[in-house]
Amino acid sequence: MLPNSPVFGRSVAPEALLEPGLEVAVKKRLADAALNAAKAKGASYTDIRIGRYLRQFVTTREDKVQNIVNTESFGVGVRVIVDGCWGFASVVDAKSEAQTAKAAEEAVAIAKANARLIKQPVQLAPQKGFGEVSWKAPIKKNAFEVPIKEKVDLLLTVNDAALKNGANYVNSVLFMVNEQKYFASSDGSYIDQDIHRMWPTFRVTAIDPKTGKFETRSELSAPMGMGYDYLQANPSDKIAGITTRYNKGYDMLEDVTAAARQAKQKLTAKSVEAGKYDLVLDPSHLWLTIHESVGHPLELDRVLGYEANFAGTSFATLDKWKSKNFNYGSKQVNLFADKTQVGSLGAVGWDDEGVACKKWDLVKEGTLVNYQAIRDQVHILGETESQGCCYADSWGSVQFQRMANVSLAAGKTPLSVEQMIKDVKKGIYIIGDGSFSIDQQRYNFQFGGQLFYEIKNGQIAGMLKDVAYQSNTQEFWNSCTQICDERDYRLGGSFFDGKGQPMQVSAVSHGSSTTRFNGVNVINTARKI
Amino acid sequence: MAILTKEEAKKIIDKVLGYSKADETSVSLSGNRTGNIRYARNTVSTSGETDNLALAVTAVFGKKVGSATINEFDDQSLEKTVRRAEEIAQLAPENPEYVPMLGPQKYIETASYAESTARINPEFRAQAAFDSIEPCNKKKLTAAGYLEDTTGFSAIGNSKGLFGYNPFTSVAFSVTTRTADGTGSGYASRDVNDVAKLSTKEATEVAMAKALASVNAKALEPGKYTVILEPTAAGDLINLMMGSLDARNAEEGRSFLSRKGGGTRLGEKFFDERITIYSDPANVEIPGSPFTGGGGGRFGGGGVDGRPQEKTLWVENGIIKNMSYSRYWAQKNNVKAVPPSGGFIMQGGNQSLLDLIKSTQKGVLVTRFWYIRAVDPQTLLYTGLTRDGTFLIENGQIKYPIKNFRFNESPVIMLNNIEALGKAVRSAGNLIPPMKIRDFTFSSLSDAV
Repeated sequence: MLPNSPVFGRSVAPEALLEPGLEVAVKKRLADAALNAAKAKGASYTDIRIGRYLRQFVTTREDKVQNIVNTESFGVGVRVIVDGCWGFASVVDAKSEAQTAKAAEEAVAIAKANARLIKQPVQLAPQKGFGEVSWKAPIKKNAFEVPIKEKVDLLLTVNDAALKNGANYVNSVLFMVNEQKYFASSDGSYIDQDIHRMWPTFRVTAIDPKTGKFETRSELSAPMGMGYDYLQANPSDKIAGITTRYNKGYDMLEDVTAAARQAKQKLTAKSVEAGKYDLVLDPSHLWLTIHESVGHPLELDRVLGYEANFAGTSFATLDKWKSKNFNYGSKQVNLFADKTQVGSLGAVGWDDEGVACKKWDLVKEGTLVNYQAIRDQVHILGETESQGCCYADSWGSVQFQRMANVSLAAGKTPLSVEQMIKDVKKGIYIIGDGSFSIDQQRYNFQFGGQLFYEIKNGQIAGMLKDVAYQSNTQEFWNSCTQICDERDYRLGGSFFDGKGQPMQVSAVSHGSSTTRFNGVNVINTARKI
Repeated sequence: MAILTKEEAKKIIDKVLGYSKADETSVSLSGNRTGNIRYARNTVSTSGETDNLALAVTAVFGKKVGSATINEFDDQSLEKTVRRAEEIAQLAPENPEYVPMLGPQKYIETASYAESTARINPEFRAQAAFDSIEPCNKKKLTAAGYLEDTTGFSAIGNSKGLFGYNPFTSVAFSVTTRTADGTGSGYASRDVNDVAKLSTKEATEVAMAKALASVNAKALEPGKYTVILEPTAAGDLINLMMGSLDARNAEEGRSFLSRKGGGTRLGEKFFDERITIYSDPANVEIPGSPFTGGGGGRFGGGGVDGRPQEKTLWVENGIIKNMSYSRYWAQKNNVKAVPPSGGFIMQGGNQSLLDLIKSTQKGVLVTRFWYIRAVDPQTLLYTGLTRDGTFLIENGQIKYPIKNFRFNESPVIMLNNIEALGKAVRSAGNLIPPMKIRDFTFSSLSDAV
């Protein structure tokens, strides 16, 4: 679920985004004040997050800058366990020890009030303290250091290229985020982290006034855990083919030029004939199918029913996992969670409850083997250590279980996209993410895309439109027959994944190589009104 | 502190305007207290309450616009914020679509504030959750629910003398109840301005009845069916359509309202003649804001549009009567700048949901839809699924529960296939009737409960 304009924080001048936050020594003092205050009031566990969240969004259409948003949000959130119950309180702009201590006391009071209502006390997995440590995203160029003018110039050049290549309209946006997070807990951790994310996006529209039809094509970029360096594509970051796709560097100008031509081409493309097809799915498309049909159903809080009233529950129930033989997909399918992948949106050193990030298997050779969990859940899985999936979207939000980067392992045998396509008799090659919908237990789904190419007897036969495929999670992953090798492995991702009430957003990546699924049901989405 | 009176709000706005040296300046001041309680597995999981008071200043030099926000209210902070907005404006590129601010406007009074809601406290929320959980405990059902209440105000003003103030309250409640074995699920949601009109117990009992009645659902072949959409289900689709009435998109040729060969479908008969949809901020059942814009602060700015919200006819007897305009696009086209509506009212009939069921030979009753996403903007085709109570109707009676379906349908097609409309009720801030519709397209089955 993608909220509208998820901008949280106060507007500031762009230069303010470059000002340093509080010094680590000051943050430690603020943290200790909260930890001590909570302990004195009877908390058995306390953590504090001191967060500074910086965002910059530059929005344009055709030859106009529509909006430049610079926001900063700073505050402190304290979480405690008292009498076996969680309590949380937050305070905006907390710069004094008295403020953080007061927030800790409020959290204790809330925990005490709620303790009457809980059925079972919180069972928190033990976690060793890490002392004073830090983590910094390995970015090469801080996006906030790039002048606004350079960003505006880039987008207006992109828009101009779109219009020159056949687009009637074009919207383009740069999203840039920096989370400066300090975490401390009564376990003895003091963790300072600097996290960067960026996402260049556009949508071109081509119109045929004679028929009154219009078609769009959106970017093939991925939101990344990178700096402005993502926009400097080296030749090695480009994957040549029917259209260029991108790995760790993105050429926005090249992509928009192709997009404008392709949007126009879509106007006269053949409308798909509904039926069964072998699908060849590019990573720029498959990430979203992984996100919805693997990432979400394997979140333990959904499995347990905590999201029943909103995001839903899961078909991947504990009994299926306990059986050790629940067939999630074919033997080729290895799905893993990994919060350490360089350049991914979910990569951090430690999660929002002080657990060091790691990599673990979810589906091994087709069999369900694990979930994503946090410290107060892992005991249900018989584990003694959290997997590190805890996240809050702001200092003012309570941290809870969020999706790790969940990815499909590349094939072990050498296989290129061209070789894969050569073997397909009746298929569709899908590039880019489009429409998406899945039921509340994650069985039945429908996905669209950006570009669809018909495959006939091993050859690309031309562009298709009005394509969407429907399947069932287990059936779909069992129809997986081939996965290209590591050379084709790329990340896609969601910048604004929504969950919880009140809703919080998080950013998460999903990697894969181009993958083939046999005999998937394709529908035609054209209608007359 | 978060809820200011009209006089207190005006005093702050006037002070801020007094500091400004820009060609034009506007101020948006808003405050609210929002509380919530969330529960799952028949136990409270989280609860909280937050206060927000924030001010956003927009300064304009020529066509260069800058905004800054603040949540501190001493004179020095306020003046600093004005200077910051001015600095940002001076550095901003020109916005060729900038339209000068409006002068003083006349706003209607709306009944969007209820004292009973303003008095909600943590004990009230805990009791509301208890009233929902307890009946479920007794019937061995599992409840997951969420209640959120807001009491707030929004004030706007500008250097041309415009001023508006609107206090409001709102409460939203939803609950999902599931059978212990996971084979049945039911849902109910309510939204009110006045919490005295909300009973979490009543809503939960509806969800419980649905959960118990939906156990052991049978599979029906996907295809075209006559459906009865409860207001929650119908409202979700109509709401998406009502959010797509932008005139600029239509005139640019990229909307379901674009006409082949150029122009728009304004004035054309587009739906069944029984379809009439309008908005009215003065409606006592869904009172809205008397002006557009406001808010801001926490959300990084908020604008002062300031156009009065009036009763607006969008669709009359199936004919498109109005589209919404930005002030820029209206000025360029020399037409009235009709703002997008808040909530909408779709006229229904007098029949109850039960009457609609009784009159149905064969059909599907849909409680709600889930994960609705656009498939094709030119036909407003959406996909999504039924959820939490789907039933087969035969010979005027609910026969048995059926498995959930995925649908691929357009509200435009739906509103041309109307069989009957029931009595409109409030759902998600709109007034919407239950609807009986023929040939609704279900494209596949889902095993989800």
